[in-house]
Amino acid sequence: MTALITESRLADPDRTYRALIEAHRGLSDEDSAALNSRLVLILANHIGEHSVLQEAIALAKQSMEPVEPASE
Amino acid sequence: MGRIMNTRKILYQYGYHRCPDQDRASPARHSVIIVGAGPVGLCTAIDLAQRRIPVVLLDDADRIGEGSRGICYAKRTLEILDRLGVGNLCLEKGVTWKVGKVFQGNDLLYAFDLLPEDGHKMPAFINLQQYYLEHALVERAAALPNLEIRWCNKVVDLKHRNDGATLTVETPEGTYKFDTDWVVAADGARSPLRGMLGLAFQGEAFEDRFLIADVKMKGNFPPERWFWFDPPFHEGHSALLHKQPDDVWRIDLQLGRDANVKAEQAPERVIPRLRQMLGHDNFSLEWVSVYTFQCRRLERFVHGRVVFVGDAAHQVSPFGARGANSGIQDADNLAWKLAIVLKGEAPESLIESYNLERSAAADENIGHSTRSTDFIAPRSAQELRFRDATLALARHASFAKRMVNSGRLSMPSTYDTPLSTPDADSWSGSARLGAPLPDAPLHDQNGRPIWLLDAIGGEETILHVPNGTQPPKGSRVLVIGSDLFDNQGFFAQRFDASPGSTYLVRPDQHLAARWRHGTPSLLESASRRLRGFEGGHA
Ligand SMILES: Cc1cc2nc3c(=O)[nH]c(=O)nc-3n(C[C@H](O)[C@H](O)[C@H](O)COP(=O)(O)OP(=O)(O)OC[C@H]3O[C@@H](n4cnc5c(N)ncnc54)[C@H](O)[C@@H]3O)c2cc1C
Repeated sequence: MTALITESRLADPDRTYRALIEAHRGLSDEDSAALNSRLVLILANHIGEHSVLQEAIALAKQSMEPVEPASE
Repeated sequence: MGRIMNTRKILYQYGYHRCPDQDRASPARHSVIIVGAGPVGLCTAIDLAQRRIPVVLLDDADRIGEGSRGICYAKRTLEILDRLGVGNLCLEKGVTWKVGKVFQGNDLLYAFDLLPEDGHKMPAFINLQQYYLEHALVERAAALPNLEIRWCNKVVDLKHRNDGATLTVETPEGTYKFDTDWVVAADGARSPLRGMLGLAFQGEAFEDRFLIADVKMKGNFPPERWFWFDPPFHEGHSALLHKQPDDVWRIDLQLGRDANVKAEQAPERVIPRLRQMLGHDNFSLEWVSVYTFQCRRLERFVHGRVVFVGDAAHQVSPFGARGANSGIQDADNLAWKLAIVLKGEAPESLIESYNLERSAAADENIGHSTRSTDFIAPRSAQELRFRDATLALARHASFAKRMVNSGRLSMPSTYDTPLSTPDADSWSGSARLGAPLPDAPLHDQNGRPIWLLDAIGGEETILHVPNGTQPPKGSRVLVIGSDLFDNQGFFAQRFDASPGSTYLVRPDQHLAARWRHGTPSLLESASRRLRGFEGGHA
């Protein structure tokens, strides 16, 4: 069972990020959301492992939690 | 279930009769009482009676009325019904189908063929009105001398003891009481017995409302299951069309969560909707109701001497036809266990394996039917987007087709259970440990064709392929090549059989153990184990 890889794997992360931006440019929020839904499904299938997807969901959710101010 | 009463036509009327228990000075004592003569209570009663256990079956009504309930019965259920003596009747009356089509808008998204494999007695599915099934079961029950049905006998109180229960029963001639060693609660989704024991029934309720209509028409539609997402005749919602006997068609229309339950059932509302769907109004309405659906279960199905089966134990949404199908499989699982416990051939703790095996099955069923309902009736804007994205992608990519979920049809459970003896050898073929045996066409000693499952029936059985040594001993041994003949090779293939292969089959036809070379002590220990003697040891 593979684990979710969180180290960068992209040769050119800026270009990949830019591809996502371009895909959404000019779309309404509704169309963007529809596009993202399709992308998520396609990528989930490509990953092909339920446990990896589950880890990705957990990471995404974790990043939505409010950041605790560092108390020292 | 959120259904609004219509006036029900009585289809089959049975009579209330005074019974001797009502005139006794002190309460009678029975060994098993079954409460509820729905399909599950009836199957449990018949199964127990066939196993020579006297049973009394109580029902608060005295009739079977019309109304839209179960229509699809799956192969495993048909095999059980066959063992209970009503299989042929159901097959003759029912509509056998195997093709399903899923549409989005006007377009066919994909079609599936249940592709029944050759060499099985029962088809993948039949459609049959639930009242026909219930009627067939009542007739069968009436033919069994040790099975007594008491109509208009409503259980109003249950006092539970360690060694049984006392029930108070209301009849048109007043109430009476009796004692019983065991109670099987088959009293349906609203189960008053659950309430009497103070048990919670927990799970998920779905907000969407569905219109279920049974429509009589001579249509040109083939006997297939057609499911639409967002059809032109019912925009933004889903629809289902399925054939039943007597030129009756089942129609399910999703109404959304805000639909007015009363208004939607009015003929002036229903008829135009159906006219739009069918493209004509050459039909008559048999029955219309509006449902909301739930997926819920009891945490435990066994409470001392009270055992819950069917909808009383677990309730699912109808997408995937799992309600009666899984309930009848509960009956199949419980009856043989209760019978051998009552005969003193197994410890009482065997009943706990019913809880374990059928709980796991209920979770499987609830999982499938929850996921189908989520897909058919998304609850938020984003859920709807994912659903629509899946449908859109399905036209372009095969992975998305597999995600389209208009109901996954009921399959039997493979029990992961302490009653099985783990495989020590490796096996291929379609037989699986803990699963019902795959059927196979065989011949008997007189050269007559016989189905494997008919040959096994409802008894613990050893199947053995000879290899020159002494065949195994056991209460019942069937030897391939002398009792049964595998002329077409289906058995060898499905059971991955080779000389010496030996299989131990439970009374509910699930596979309990198998060996490439079974020794008497292995067989003895596996047989004890399947009867609930822990680890197979004395
Ligand atoms: C629209 C719809 C479609 C469905 N489609 C399918 C399908 O295609 N396939 C499928 O497998 N399932 C289907 N189901 C589910 C199926 O109808 C139920 O799962 C099935 O009826 C459950 O059987 P049961 O015997 O457990 O309970 P029930 O059929 O509800 O029977 C319970 C019985 O107990 C009696 N009773 C209640 N209280 C008492 C009391 N206090 N004393 C005495 N008697 C009492 C009642 O009168 C009743 O006769 C569908 C259901 C609906 C609503």
